Amino acid sequence: MKAARLARQRPRGARLLVVHADGRIEHAQRVRLAEQLRPGDLLVANDAATLPASLTGFHLRSGAPIEVRLAGRRSLAVDAVHEFTAIVFGAGDHRTRTEDRAAPPPLRAGDRLALGPLRAEVLATRGHPRLIDLRFEGDADTIWAGLARHGRPIQYAHLAAPLALWDVWTRVAALPVAFEPPSAGFVLDWSLLDALRASDIGFATLTHAAGISSTGDAVLDARLPFDEPYSIPAATVAAIHATRRRGGRVVALGTTVTRALEHAAAGAELRAGAGLADQRLGPATRLRVVDAIVSGTHEPGSSHHELLRAFVDDTLLARASAELERHGYLTHEFGDSVLIEALPRRRQGNEATAESTPSTLLGSHP
Amino acid sequence: MNSTLSRHDTPLRVAITGGTSGLGLALVEALHARGARVAFVARDVARVAALARRLPGTHGIEGDVAAKLQIHPIALRINAALGGLDLLIHNASSLGPVPLVPLADTECEDFEAALATNLLGPFRLTRALLGTLAAAARQGRAPVVLNIVSDAAVTAYAGWGAYGASKAALLQMSRIWDEELQPHGIRVLAHDPGDMDTPLHAAALPDADPAQLKRPADAAREILARLDALHVPQAEESVA
Repeated sequence: MKAARLARQRPRGARLLVVHADGRIEHAQRVRLAEQLRPGDLLVANDAATLPASLTGFHLRSGAPIEVRLAGRRSLAVDAVHEFTAIVFGAGDHRTRTEDRAAPPPLRAGDRLALGPLRAEVLATRGHPRLIDLRFEGDADTIWAGLARHGRPIQYAHLAAPLALWDVWTRVAALPVAFEPPSAGFVLDWSLLDALRASDIGFATLTHAAGISSTGDAVLDARLPFDEPYSIPAATVAAIHATRRRGGRVVALGTTVTRALEHAAAGAELRAGAGLADQRLGPATRLRVVDAIVSGTHEPGSSHHELLRAFVDDTLLARASAELERHGYLTHEFGDSVLIEALPRRRQGNEATAESTPSTLLGSHP
Repeated sequence: MNSTLSRHDTPLRVAITGGTSGLGLALVEALHARGARVAFVARDVARVAALARRLPGTHGIEGDVAAKLQIHPIALRINAALGGLDLLIHNASSLGPVPLVPLADTECEDFEAALATNLLGPFRLTRALLGTLAAAARQGRAPVVLNIVSDAAVTAYAGWGAYGASKAALLQMSRIWDEELQPHGIRVLAHDPGDMDTPLHAAALPDADPAQLKRPADAAREILARLDALHVPQAEESVA
């Protein structure tokens, strides 16, 4: 698939490939997403705002220029902003393909980094020359001021023009905790929110620290996604229960929403509050909460694509991929989207939901 | 039913622009005294730092709401300082030309400066923070955007052209936004605090007798009383 090269969240011609659980595939205009949902459905979005997580500067022991990309954190607490997991590159910037970026100078625990107004110390290396834990100096307000002033959104070579925060914040962006945009949410605008209300389709959010999508290194990429903290409001859990009761579908806007909801439901009952999503979703996953997903289009092999295998079998997914290819859908964060309905789940009767599960139209879930 | 200022088991989260002088300062002090979590925005780095030191627990953010490129960094820092937002007060104001002059003598640049601070700044910053306000609404916290306007927004005072026109636009923007956002559980209100003894008033009318003017602390108290009395219905549940 071709990459979308312009940072436009809602291009006029954006498309939506709709993959039904019964195997039907149709093409729709993404702006008319509300028409693909049904009264009683609930759309759940990730309201994380995106951090300016790319920080240029210097490795002070060697004097070498570096780019640090913040990539992980243990909690969403706004004052717990000192320690991060990060990817480090050598000289250069986003215009060089990540795969071709120079390595950083050798990094050791105790090394100091000067990143614009920010100062940080390497706490530990994480078994790969590009992966470190770091700690920023100063109090939380000082660190946030430094990030706001010096940081830039993480960006890849398929987008030439430098990204600004407004390019990567969705219309519902709130707490700045995502390392890369929860880009499925680019579809949202207030007109769509109005349309959902008018159609009796619910809207709820959670906050999930969406991680980085690529490190430029196959070994490191295989470790993605890193652990991602999330928080689910009680109101969202209540909305999901209400949706179940009345037979609606829970539609996750994006892979991060899916990962958070399924992680929070791993102990049988979906619970509100904070968590750290550390699981991988794939063909062996049994979805407990999410009935359908709206997602960007993803290349086979990526962790995002693996997650889609939790929804439908590989035969149907291959048909969908062929449709995307044949019709020239655009990929990456500003590209087109898919809406994939999960094959009927084999629920384990923990809620009054068995009767609301869509009827079985295809073979059993792997 | 909850009112705007007293409805939470957790402190109210408030952001105020123009927070280091006049009405903005009085609001920062009053809300801080009431236990709110307060972030304030102002242009002067030293004054921002001094106020944040004087009122421990408040978060000072140096920035100019008239500058388009500063809006998202300011919004990022407000979100980061407070972890959410229940009340956003657009108080920072520009008179336009100082001293005041007739419209016919108003330089375009001065008019544009008044529009940037009084109208476009509140528009942009509200929009950048709308996701945060909407998140508060979905959690039943009945968020409010309060735009500080003036009687110059409705009465034609000679010499107040740039200021009056920009505040009139801010008033109308408040009303339209309130129409659009009420269904989503967000209120947008305009408030005229009256003539106060503030640096802005002194710049506009240097000969006015301060004793005849309202004290900013009293105006702040009136605002909090209005918000206290504002009964905001819970945002409709997303699923009935």
